[in-house]
Amino acid sequence: MATTYEIINKVNLTSNQTTISFTSIPSTYTDLSVFYSTRSGRSNTHEQIKLRFNDDSATAYRIRRLNSDGSGAWSDSDYATYGYCGFGNATTSTANTFGNTQIYIPNYLSSNYKSYSVDSNSENNATEAFASLQAGLWENTSAINKITFYADQGNDFLQYSSFYLYGIKNS
Amino acid sequence: MPNPTKLIINCETKEQLEIELTDEEVAQLEADRQAAEVRRAEEESAKAAKAATKAAVLERLGLTEEEANALLA
Repeated sequence: MATTYEIINKVNLTSNQTTISFTSIPSTYTDLSVFYSTRSGRSNTHEQIKLRFNDDSATAYRIRRLNSDGSGAWSDSDYATYGYCGFGNATTSTANTFGNTQIYIPNYLSSNYKSYSVDSNSENNATEAFASLQAGLWENTSAINKITFYADQGNDFLQYSSFYLYGIKNS
Repeated sequence: MPNPTKLIINCETKEQLEIELTDEEVAQLEADRQAAEVRRAEEESAKAAKAATKAAVLERLGLTEEEANALLA
């Protein structure tokens, strides 16, 4: 269980950005967690968020998702060059509203493959909004020292989106 | 016209750097965007096909969606 849960770094965007990277992540924690609240420039109610660890662009990211929207629930999986990690709001969703996601990365320094879990919602005062629980796996044995977030279709993260990186340890 | 920018947050120094993308990075972003659009379209298509199959089965069985959900709950 977490005894230490402290902020490593955070950002609230003052202008649009294509990607957000946390670099030189310290190796003094056991687990990592990132909370992000996003709105992107896609012309839709939502846009998926994706990540890479340590700039790894190999096909090394597996994800299994349980999703739901205004009309039903479904599950799917993927094996790709990015790790999918939730939904954010986009430009046709309710104004001034952002999607919210937490990802948890246990044992980020391990010499095993790295798992991560995602709990995500887009927010929309209309019929189309998404909720998603995801289980991810990065097939790489390196310790994580960098995480980069992307909007799936290459749009910008809009001003006022925020990303908070936390370190967790059991002492 | 300047290229879009990316934000790099150094957790050691706490420095936050806004860096203009190179032309190569912009091109890669566009390639990734197009690939993502294809993937999203395929996902939507698969989802629609699944929904259509489900509707056809329910019609064959003479059940409404609510009745099917009640059976499977």
